[in-house]
Amino acid sequence: MDATVRELSYAQAIQEAMALAMDADERVFLMGEDIGVYGGAFQVTGDLVERFGPERVMDTPISELGGAGVAVGAALTGMRPIFEFQFSDFATLAMEQIVNQAAKMRYMLGGEVSVPVVMRFPAGSGTGAAAQHSQSLEAWLGHVPGLKVIQPATPHDAKGMLLAAVADPDPVMIFEHKLLYKMKGPVPEGHYTVPIGKAEMRREGRDLTIVATSIMVHKALEAAAKLEGEGIDIEVIDLRSIRPMDKDTVIASVKKTSRLLCVYEAVKTLGVGAEVSAMIAESEAFDYLDAPIVRLGGAETPIPYNPELEKASVPQVPDIVAAARDLVRGRR
Amino acid sequence: MMARASGSVVGERANLPFAYRQYSPDQLREVLRKMYLIRRFEEGAEDSYMRGLVHGTMHLSIGQEASAVGICMPLTDADQITSTHRGHGHCIAKGADVKRMFAEFFGKTTGYCKGRGGSMHIADVTKGNLGANGIVAGGIPIAVGAALSAKKMKTGKVVVSFFGDGANNEGAFHESLNMASIWKLPVIFVCENNGYGMSTSTARSTAVRDIADRAAAYAMPGVIVDGNNFSQVAEASHIAVERARRGEGPTLIESKTYRYRGHSKSDRNRYRTREEIEDWMTNRDPISLFEKELLEFGVIDQAGIEAVRATVEKEIADALEFARQSPMPDPADHELFVYTEVA
Repeated sequence: MDATVRELSYAQAIQEAMALAMDADERVFLMGEDIGVYGGAFQVTGDLVERFGPERVMDTPISELGGAGVAVGAALTGMRPIFEFQFSDFATLAMEQIVNQAAKMRYMLGGEVSVPVVMRFPAGSGTGAAAQHSQSLEAWLGHVPGLKVIQPATPHDAKGMLLAAVADPDPVMIFEHKLLYKMKGPVPEGHYTVPIGKAEMRREGRDLTIVATSIMVHKALEAAAKLEGEGIDIEVIDLRSIRPMDKDTVIASVKKTSRLLCVYEAVKTLGVGAEVSAMIAESEAFDYLDAPIVRLGGAETPIPYNPELEKASVPQVPDIVAAARDLVRGRR
Repeated sequence: MMARASGSVVGERANLPFAYRQYSPDQLREVLRKMYLIRRFEEGAEDSYMRGLVHGTMHLSIGQEASAVGICMPLTDADQITSTHRGHGHCIAKGADVKRMFAEFFGKTTGYCKGRGGSMHIADVTKGNLGANGIVAGGIPIAVGAALSAKKMKTGKVVVSFFGDGANNEGAFHESLNMASIWKLPVIFVCENNGYGMSTSTARSTAVRDIADRAAAYAMPGVIVDGNNFSQVAEASHIAVERARRGEGPTLIESKTYRYRGHSKSDRNRYRTREEIEDWMTNRDPISLFEKELLEFGVIDQAGIEAVRATVEKEIADALEFARQSPMPDPADHELFVYTEVA
């Protein structure tokens, strides 16, 4: 392994990115609930307050709407705030500032301003936190022109995409799956960026394209490894960015494999998979399809508390294996 | 406009209201001009709407001119404001060019928002106007954020957030006042209480009689002024701005005023009486009251008033003509400005 590449957790990678951004630019600061001495609900900010002080690692009151608006106002007037929502579910309290203000201000004002705010959303199920602390709401924000919405799946991308987000002149919403925070992976030292709007090929294959987001990338890779033994060769694309979406990479892959499976944790209906499916149906890749497009998404329910019910409500590796096998074996 | 204290108070003016001690006669005549300009702008906008030249709706601030101009008196061009759906007056008071405002109403490329915003989103960032807002209380947290920037970057700027009585029952108002107070930010919250949030009176919507009382909950001064009395408004603004510049934190000013027109163009005025409207127009009109004081204190004579009016008439006529003559945007450009174009 390259000497400058270490194994870091996803949370450590984000923390390192924030520290680098603050070191490089005094306009960058962090805002959020209990991100100071507490270190954040998921210990992502950790001890940053000791290094940068409470002025740059600002605890806010429990005021998601107001806090998000303060971040928008600060971004509008020259600062580079990174605003942490304690749980992505709490975006529902701040939708006004995100959707009506941050996203639209540049457009409404005829391009006279920009709003370089970064918002971080710990998302997803699997922690037993039940229906109000486990949602995947990225498609809500992905529906809004003016926002950029990303879902890094690895520690490497979590750092590089956050640094890209901080450098971006427009509002960037980062959805971080809570179960990824402890996942370790190689992360280069120092500053680098991973572009927003570019998907990443995680595994090449001939028989089927799986387009996955966030934690589902890892589940899809696990499923692909299992199916390799059955002679099924799967390509896995980590979408990484849902607005803007990298259509070219997905289209090229589907043209090669002739089959598409979309896997995402959010509620299936009207989710990211619907958009990817429709995009392929509208593209030249449609003519190459040998089977119907299949989506695996979250159940049409709130996320339940009981661990077995909770697992049953979002796609798991065996679900992906079964769906992929059926698609390739022509049972769909 | 920036109004500086005129230094030692001249003996003969010592007993006059604040504005006549604080400002030179030239400054006071400029105040009158701005108040006229707001009123004639609003009337010009209304007339254009009636003639089908303006798309959409608009919210007119006729009757609230003293509040807008008085609050902006101690502000420099570097100081910032956030405004509301009823924001034309704030925009003019902060120094906007009525040509570009009318052009925006007409949807033209020469408008402040190049025809993308319209009446409810006019901004003029070069003069510190961060924008009107179509969401009630939407601008309040943004103003707090701008004040946070000012504090962090040590620019010495203050930020004024204008909003109406309706906004005082929004969560954003309460969250914002709290944060501004705990962080001692240089922001002034200006509630222009015109008595009605659309059709619902403050008596029916608001648990406290005076919105300024809300300030107590956030440990900041709460000041009530007669919003139709220019001098009272300006004095409260000066005190609040000085406090903010000293780093002592925010102030809530409740400016009690009245809008003569309905909430928007769809309003049938069923929630208030003709007598009430006429009483405000006849007895409490901010421009008439100000003119009367100016005449009484010898700042201007009737010919001077006529001269100011004439300059405003010409400015409005020229601005309307500019707006009419300006080009429409190319429909092919409707996707511009969603994101920042990166070179």
